[in-house]
Amino acid sequence: MDKDSKKTQDESQQPEGMSRRFFLKGGSSLAAIGITTLAGAGLGTALPAEAVAPPAAGKEGYTQSFANLGSGNGETLVKMARDIFPHDKLPDQLYADAVAGYDADAESKSMIMSGLASMDAIAKKRFGKRYADVALEADRLEVLYAIEDTPFFQKIKGGLVTGLYNSKKVWPLLGYEGSSWQYGGYLDRGFNDIDWL
Amino acid sequence: MAAKFDLDDNGVVVIIGSGAGGGTLANELAQKGVGKIVVLEAGKHYKLEDIENDEWAMFGKISWLDKRISAGAWHHTKDFPNLPAWIVKGVGGSSVHWAGLALRFQQHDFKTRSTYGHVPGANNLDWPVSYEEMDPYYSRAEKKLGVAGAAASGMPPLPENNHYKVIAAGARAIGYKDIVRPMAINSRENDGRPGCQQIGFCMQGCKIGAKWSTLYTEIPKALATGRVELRPESMVLQIQHDKSGKVNGVLYVDKNGKKQLQKARIVCVAGNSIESPRLLLNSASSMFPNGLSNSSGQVGRNYMVHTTAAALSIHKAPVHMYRGTAIAAVVSDEAKLDTNRGFFGGYHLEGLSIGLPFAAAFIRPGGWGREISSALEMYDHMTCVWVCGEDMAMEQNGITLHKTEKDHYGLPVPVVSKSDHANDAMLRIHGLAQWRKLNEAVGAIRTVDMPPYPASHNMGTNRMSAKPRDGVVNKWGQSHDIKNLFVSDGSQFTSSSAANPTLTIVALAIRQAEYIADSMKKGMI
Ligand SMILES: Cc1cc2nc3c(=O)[nH]c(=O)nc-3n(C[C@H](O)[C@H](O)[C@H](O)COP(=O)(O)OP(=O)(O)OC[C@H]3O[C@@H](n4cnc5c(N)ncnc54)[C@H](O)[C@@H]3O)c2cc1C
Ligand code: SF4
Repeated sequence: MDKDSKKTQDESQQPEGMSRRFFLKGGSSLAAIGITTLAGAGLGTALPAEAVAPPAAGKEGYTQSFANLGSGNGETLVKMARDIFPHDKLPDQLYADAVAGYDADAESKSMIMSGLASMDAIAKKRFGKRYADVALEADRLEVLYAIEDTPFFQKIKGGLVTGLYNSKKVWPLLGYEGSSWQYGGYLDRGFNDIDWL
Repeated sequence: MAAKFDLDDNGVVVIIGSGAGGGTLANELAQKGVGKIVVLEAGKHYKLEDIENDEWAMFGKISWLDKRISAGAWHHTKDFPNLPAWIVKGVGGSSVHWAGLALRFQQHDFKTRSTYGHVPGANNLDWPVSYEEMDPYYSRAEKKLGVAGAAASGMPPLPENNHYKVIAAGARAIGYKDIVRPMAINSRENDGRPGCQQIGFCMQGCKIGAKWSTLYTEIPKALATGRVELRPESMVLQIQHDKSGKVNGVLYVDKNGKKQLQKARIVCVAGNSIESPRLLLNSASSMFPNGLSNSSGQVGRNYMVHTTAAALSIHKAPVHMYRGTAIAAVVSDEAKLDTNRGFFGGYHLEGLSIGLPFAAAFIRPGGWGREISSALEMYDHMTCVWVCGEDMAMEQNGITLHKTEKDHYGLPVPVVSKSDHANDAMLRIHGLAQWRKLNEAVGAIRTVDMPPYPASHNMGTNRMSAKPRDGVVNKWGQSHDIKNLFVSDGSQFTSSSAANPTLTIVALAIRQAEYIADSMKKGMI
């Protein structure tokens, strides 16, 4: 036995250093693993079944108008989403889908608005332009590094983990086939088709 | 068919939890003719129709999401603050989500204290049961689970999918020889369930029931005997006892939110290694002020989760690891006893696919940028490993009750505290380095190490011991202090070994059922 002595219940309720280490974050299932969710994006809200919408005409390349946040803020948000998890092959529309829910999210509106404003302010100070107009990704990243510890950035980034990567429209573009039981699994569909080994 | 018993019936055997341990015990007791069994299960009774091939949807639907608090030095404290462990709340327990890898413990795993000697900082102890005693029960468990490739079951191995082939080729290229895959998944029709169709969502629940889960094996069989009543959505709050100190009933909240007291002749606790000790601690009384069965002070201590890490390797051409059985090749060479590597215990390199949604969530919790997106973009070129290594028992790792915070049942929230032993850190580094080598040997261009997932293997918090002062239960899982109280899940484990726990949980439940049925017959309990 390495146990030196019998501990009382009260001692056993307080392992070393534990109380200092409590982290009490939000209660939802994804908050439990540090991922925030967003109504309208990804988790739990089945995405529309139609195929990826072709990018609408115009420089934004997405159909959302961001009526509540304003179209300029919408543009910043979509660009920010791409800069957080950049996939050159994904169209803007999929990033816009991933953040579109914030436009209807009254609860977080002020946080989003002030977060976007501070991004633009930093971009203007450093590069003389609003964030969405800064041409170089490396320059825009400087802005994101400046705010990456803010709750605003954490929220947008956390939401993207599901907003983007749990989007059934994104899956095929990143090589994931999703639900398979309705096709009889992969027994006759390539579970052992590797030919390069 | 399904029985119904009176709340006042004090001849009932109450089993708390319907997972790998509790579900198996219920069926084994019923098959032996034990006449009155009530299974109380906190979660809902899901059916195959409820199972979806969707990682987040299933996680949200059947995980245990009642509040828990991560504490200690592990990264969960920061990254998974309220999700220390990944456990199911539902009929079938975590056997609904489990991947089905059914490894046996090795001989030395039952004797860690005498094999390793005193390891500073660890609280290792020999089990009061040996491999030789367990051997026939392992065989019975393998037969019950229809383990593919096990002699005892007579089931052929599962076919090799792409992910298996890449890992096995890499393993052979760096000299590994012991490549295994004993899976509790039907490789052909068996036991009234179909053969595996390579659906690939084993850890979201097998949509066709090819993978063993108590949900659609032990529990319906138990109910069919007419000796068992299953009460889902029944969360046990407290185990009660009489003046002599014997347990005599359990207090629970039923599916309508009403408190009920079920009288009992015997109580078996199988709520998995966080809830089981929590329940014993919550059942403290004036006679047992430190909680039930806690004269040793070991209830809730020695929490083990396996020393784990994960990694994704990107290959030069597509692998499509998600196609087919989630567990791919398992390399066992490093699980052998060999202290020359600088650590005690060993590990398995377990090929284990995850879908894109989970890969994104776990690749680097909190991370962002091209470093991550450029890897995820190669999702279909990936192999993925889960390193499953021995975790040393340490007394301060464990489950305690929060002093003030309560959950919606009014019970103190469990605080789940875990820190690495130095041995764990060495083992983890070794495992990740070997995985990298293995993949590079077959041309991998990049490997991304990932931190451990929320703990899916939870063990040790009501451990077995020969002497009452060293642990909570004896070699039958029977409380040292209270002879009609049993622990029937992985919290009985004295050591973790490098093997996934469930086959051992099932083997112990089969063995325990014999002991309980026999003791009841003899009027001993
Ligand atoms: C994703 C995943 C993959 C896994 N893969 C493998 C694998 O490949 N191989 C392997 O060996 N193991 C694997 N495991 C682990 C395996 O699932 C567990 O070891 C096993 O199910 C534990 O059995 P148990 O009886 O201790 O608990 P569980 O099966 O978790 O059952 C406990 C049950 O008790 C209920 N309960 C808890 N408290 C109460 C209460 N107070 N009142 C009423 N009911 C209560 C719970 O709701 C739950 O249903 C995996 C686990 C996960 C999550
Ligand atoms: S691969 Fe599919 S069919 Fe086979 S066990 Fe897993 S989920 Fe079931």
